[in-house]
Amino acid sequence: MSETRKPYIRPLDLKHGQVDLAHGSGGRAMAQLIDELFARHLGNEYLGQGDDGAVLPLPGEGRLVMATDAHVVSPLFFPGGDIGCLSVHGTVNDVAVMGARPLYLAASFILEEGFPLGDLARIVQSMAVAASAAGVPVVTGDTKVVERGKGDGVFITTTGVGVVPPGRELSGRRARPGDVILVSGTLGDHGMAIMAERESLGFESPIVSDTAALHGLIETLLASGVDLRVLRDPTRGGLATTLNEIARQSGVGMMLQEKALPVKPAVNAACELLGLDPLYVANEGKLVAICGEKDAEMLLSVMRAHPLGQAAAIIGQVVADDHHFVQMTTAFGGRRMVDWLSGEQLPRIC
Amino acid sequence: MKYIDEFRDGEVAQKIAASIRAEADPARNYHFMEFCGGHTHAISRYGVSDLLPANVRMIHGPGCPVCVLPIGRVDQAIRLALDEGVTLCTYGDCLRVPASDGLSLLKAKARGGDIRMVYSSADAVTLAQKNPDKQVVFFAIGFETTTPPTAVAIKQAAALGLKNFSVLCCHVLTPSAISSILESPEVRQWGTVPLDGFVGPAHVSTIIGSRPYEFFAEEYRKPVVIAGFEPLDVMQAIRMLIRQVNEGRAEVENEFSRAVDRDGNLKAQALVAEVFEMRKHFEWRGLNVLPYSALRIRGTFAEFDAEKRFFVRYASVPDHKACECGAILRGVKRPQDCKIFGTVCTPENPVGSCMVSSEGACAAHYTYGRYKDV
Repeated sequence: MSETRKPYIRPLDLKHGQVDLAHGSGGRAMAQLIDELFARHLGNEYLGQGDDGAVLPLPGEGRLVMATDAHVVSPLFFPGGDIGCLSVHGTVNDVAVMGARPLYLAASFILEEGFPLGDLARIVQSMAVAASAAGVPVVTGDTKVVERGKGDGVFITTTGVGVVPPGRELSGRRARPGDVILVSGTLGDHGMAIMAERESLGFESPIVSDTAALHGLIETLLASGVDLRVLRDPTRGGLATTLNEIARQSGVGMMLQEKALPVKPAVNAACELLGLDPLYVANEGKLVAICGEKDAEMLLSVMRAHPLGQAAAIIGQVVADDHHFVQMTTAFGGRRMVDWLSGEQLPRIC
Repeated sequence: MKYIDEFRDGEVAQKIAASIRAEADPARNYHFMEFCGGHTHAISRYGVSDLLPANVRMIHGPGCPVCVLPIGRVDQAIRLALDEGVTLCTYGDCLRVPASDGLSLLKAKARGGDIRMVYSSADAVTLAQKNPDKQVVFFAIGFETTTPPTAVAIKQAAALGLKNFSVLCCHVLTPSAISSILESPEVRQWGTVPLDGFVGPAHVSTIIGSRPYEFFAEEYRKPVVIAGFEPLDVMQAIRMLIRQVNEGRAEVENEFSRAVDRDGNLKAQALVAEVFEMRKHFEWRGLNVLPYSALRIRGTFAEFDAEKRFFVRYASVPDHKACECGAILRGVKRPQDCKIFGTVCTPENPVGSCMVSSEGACAAHYTYGRYKDV
């Protein structure tokens, strides 16, 4: 009997190899890419089923939450993370801020012809580490390849499913006048890490992205029994955009205190240099929480006790306002609006 | 941030505010024009007017480079990109300025124009070096602050012998705009724009110095206080202006002495004089055609002049009928006096140029201050 030959004569060349159109053709090259890269790093019992879709057990009681997020960040690798872990954190957080326990992820890759396989491997490994740390497996996926010049390296879309236990109500529609607004930490870290990298600002201690999965912190907050009304992660458009969204959804206004906003000195300096406002710069590991007034101090101490909420702060209050304006008392002593972002402050940030 | 936070200190602001309240004569009104968009932005962003007594009013001036750019100039840039197929480089603020036929540079880019946002004129030169088969045009706008970098770019292109780099020069001059306002019938004859003094430019003055304003102080009896762009600079300048008015003085004073002296940056001035000369006349948005108010590229550098290299003649285009940018730039109207402010004209869909740049009076009021109107 002759020995069974190995399924592929040559393994993927992760040192010098590049993505080519065959990797997205549905043929043997694609099967090899999936086996040696995606399945190898992300593998789990559901992904291993190898069918067109993953067949998953029904979660217990409660309601399903589903969220999706496309990631087009440039550069792909930045201080504190890369597009791989970012694509896991982004979707896990979108599911978690609805009060849900994230269960599964799906991932779609759009690869550009010529993209180094070694870089792709780094990205997939980083995704695998993030997914396993978060305890949320990638259960199904897809890969497409576009011609050189028609993409920008890698785009990743992830979709997440989670389940909210009965009785838990979190929504941007639930803010009421008198409620208190908190953030879980410093603002603008992710956006400025990307910008500093893009503009080669070369700070002595680089600004590091805050990209992180927040479902652990959120579970702690919910378990503490405080009267939480709204949770949201202020990603693109930053805190200002998130608060304007909530104000509009809930039909209320907000009044912030500029002095109370936590911003790292390096982020502040970089913003100053580039003419940006940290209120509008993206975060990838921060929460905005709105709760009833009497629970604010307790919520703050619970946040601060968690490793991802050490720099948490109370930053303002929900007020009655038919115009749904978000306003701020400036550190200077005046008052101004914190409006919706107009135009694009920072393209391709996540 | 060291050397920044000191100029944004709320406690010091309260002290200056108290002394302004004490010194301002309650029996009269004070109207000061902050010439620069940088001051307009600082006043709105930090809420400076909330710290001033009701009888001290700030009037927004025309010192926003994007705001004074007439439609015809943006049209020229768009034609260069769409008809001549050049790579057009410009500062980000210019991209959304409304032009003819519902276009803007941003919309022209979506139609296939090769339009790039650059942070400096040097980026445009680099782009020309890297793409020798493309004609690269730098759309140069701005007051005296941005003029020296354009001069450097042209000299650099000459030294490199670049045959594919040119400049569409729309640089304008601050003193001409100030004269135009002081000579306007609203200020001089009718008195509909009461003007008791100017908060003078910060960055522009680092280049031209404080001397050019002496004429205005003497000839028109208007005090000028040159001020930095931080909110405490503005507060301090207002206090100095109130003192001058109270004492019947009309002098040029310098609050921004950490960066400005009487003569300015002589090296930059020499560079500008070497590369540019006066245009006999130039159209401004809102201020009409002003004599000797802008610069063009000298004959010795003619090969880098986009208006000579390409056939793009300037044609004057009237503003949108309902748009009050002109009156707002002259201090005759406030943004909220314009019928289309905040309704038809918003930062997302600007009709007039003052709604585009963050330094524009309309954009600043819309973004930071419109809660006061409701």
